Amino acid sequence: MAQKIGMEVSIALGEAAKLANTDVIAAYPITPQTHIVEHIADMVANGEMDAEFITVESEHSAMSACLGSAAVGARTFTATAGQGLELMHEVLYVASALRFPIVMTVANRALSGPLNIWGDHSDVMATRDCGWIQFFVENGQEAFDLTLCAFRIAEDPTVMLPTMLSLDGFHLTHVVEPITLIEKSDVDKFIPPLKHPFALRPDKPVTMGAFAPPFIYTETKKIADEALRSSKKVIVSVWDEFGKRFGRHYNPVETYRTEDAKTLLLTMGSYSETAMVAIDNMRTKGEKVGLIHLRLWRPFPFAELKQTTENADNLFVLDRCISLGGPGGPVCSEIKAAFYDSQKKPSIIGFIGGLGGRDMTPGDFEYMTKRGKEIIQHGTKNEVEMIGVKE
Amino acid sequence: MEQKLQKQPKIFSKVPPEEYFVSGHRGCVGCGEALAVRLVCKALGPNVIIANATGCMEVVSSQLPNTAWGVPWIHTLFENTAAVASGIECGLKVLRKKGRYSNENTIVAAMAGDGGTADIGMQALSGALERGHRFVYICFDNEAYMNTGIQRSSTTPFGASTTTSPAGKKSIGQLTWKKDLPSIAIAHNIPYVATASPSYPFDLINKVKKATTMKGPSYLHVFSVCPTGWRSAPELAIELGRLAVKTGIFPLYEVENGVYKINHEPSKLDPVKDYLKLQGRFRHLSDDTIKEIEKRVNSNFIELKRKMMCDDMRVV
Repeated sequence: MAQKIGMEVSIALGEAAKLANTDVIAAYPITPQTHIVEHIADMVANGEMDAEFITVESEHSAMSACLGSAAVGARTFTATAGQGLELMHEVLYVASALRFPIVMTVANRALSGPLNIWGDHSDVMATRDCGWIQFFVENGQEAFDLTLCAFRIAEDPTVMLPTMLSLDGFHLTHVVEPITLIEKSDVDKFIPPLKHPFALRPDKPVTMGAFAPPFIYTETKKIADEALRSSKKVIVSVWDEFGKRFGRHYNPVETYRTEDAKTLLLTMGSYSETAMVAIDNMRTKGEKVGLIHLRLWRPFPFAELKQTTENADNLFVLDRCISLGGPGGPVCSEIKAAFYDSQKKPSIIGFIGGLGGRDMTPGDFEYMTKRGKEIIQHGTKNEVEMIGVKE
Repeated sequence: MEQKLQKQPKIFSKVPPEEYFVSGHRGCVGCGEALAVRLVCKALGPNVIIANATGCMEVVSSQLPNTAWGVPWIHTLFENTAAVASGIECGLKVLRKKGRYSNENTIVAAMAGDGGTADIGMQALSGALERGHRFVYICFDNEAYMNTGIQRSSTTPFGASTTTSPAGKKSIGQLTWKKDLPSIAIAHNIPYVATASPSYPFDLINKVKKATTMKGPSYLHVFSVCPTGWRSAPELAIELGRLAVKTGIFPLYEVENGVYKINHEPSKLDPVKDYLKLQGRFRHLSDDTIKEIEKRVNSNFIELKRKMMCDDMRVV
């Protein structure tokens, strides 16, 4: 096993793409994703990585070129952020419909306007329904580990779905963290060569992307939904296997100090670690609080989530995205929907914070906990609660 | 001059009998584009992978669960076909290098209409041409968005009435001149650009064949008569293609490594009216407008000849 070394998280992601024997990378520059593909370009230029790097003229073309390379059975990787993900939007749906196992890292970034290059989850939340497997990672090690797992999951013959790994722009992409890389020979054992069952080949012609009129379109969506739902068991088993091989364990939903907790906070991405500090602070004051960290976003882990909240009275959800004019944040909406049919459910309050790179401190999470309890006591649930907004 | 050009491929004087774009598709009666696609596919042969844009050809040929394609074919979206082809080309290249694909000569072809090329697909096309992928891009130009119901595109000719550039009391229809796509392709300094038409099948087939021998990108602009959108008689599709060449409206030429060659040069151009009068989309045009069109067509043709003569002088 390799040593733990200090490394920028973006560099570690580039290393993951190299270790996974990626064949084709098609990417377009956008902050805060650029360091990932710059590092890949360097490795290709130096002959350290045997791959084709397509320097496309837009993110729309980045994902489109990924479709082409995946269609011929090449292992395909890209990375983007914010506006780039939005420009790819329509192409994302085609990638999942054609069951192409493309792996993409998204350095989460706010959306214009006004222009803002810093982290939040508005970009990825807009792609929620595109049929991709989607994870959110908490730290650099997890970003590296789960990128390797993403190839293995996406290319599993029973899955064959594109996989998107979200990491917070700047807060994760641009920080140096202690990261343990994995030996190439061990990665090779973990990720077998890609075998696409229907790659485009002149000796076995297939038609890909035929159009579907009303008599058959619904069936294509039913199949896509079942494929994404049933990928969960593969995701769990690949993460389990990763844990057994490399000693780092990952679950669709993680918990922190939830055993006797009456109040739970729920976060996604890098703020989970900040929230843990807040949980520790509140625990020392005697508050029974805990944290749920949602790692798997699609397919949504309904059962796992419900298990973690069985003994809680309150669940306060942080969204780094706002559904303007809607029911608050998209994560909270989904959490509420997930509990709608449950007999026993916690009181769920949504908060919006950390937009466009605004820091969330442990104090903000403590405020969120206090304010959530206040709202429940006074019964004023309907307003959208934004943390740290200057009125 | 010959030394400057690459080795010429075999000249075809017979249409290959094999079919790769087969009958049974839902193309309109007299569709010039379907004929062009069929001929292009014969020229490309079986060792090809085709990326096809959204548009008439995709819709008429691929409705689930049927297909008219006897070669590997992928359709994804409208504006990204050149980018998809880029990915296919690079994917095959790296698979060959890593010993996972042994077929050395697989041709990568991209097909799109004029809207998918000149308008919404322009950026992806320009990017792919500039990057130098080895692929053949074929634009089938039927001069409007026919699949969505005959809306004007940037290649709709001046004076044509379409559903979004209708002729009316205050308009003669399309008020702009046709975008010159081959010249845009030429500006990318790619090895081969040509215009072709299914009304001249051998010229078309040979140009496709030549395009496939190039080491970089090649661009073919194929004239595709649309009886439905042009409101012309289906049986006149071939004749209209010939008249377009004879009147100078759609000259057949090729530019190989920057050297121009006109492939079919009439000694005297026919009056454009011979071509325009057979189509409902031009029915409303006055003699004055027709004269204006003719003046522009003649001037464009002279400019093309000038480019060719300049090249001749340069080579000598």
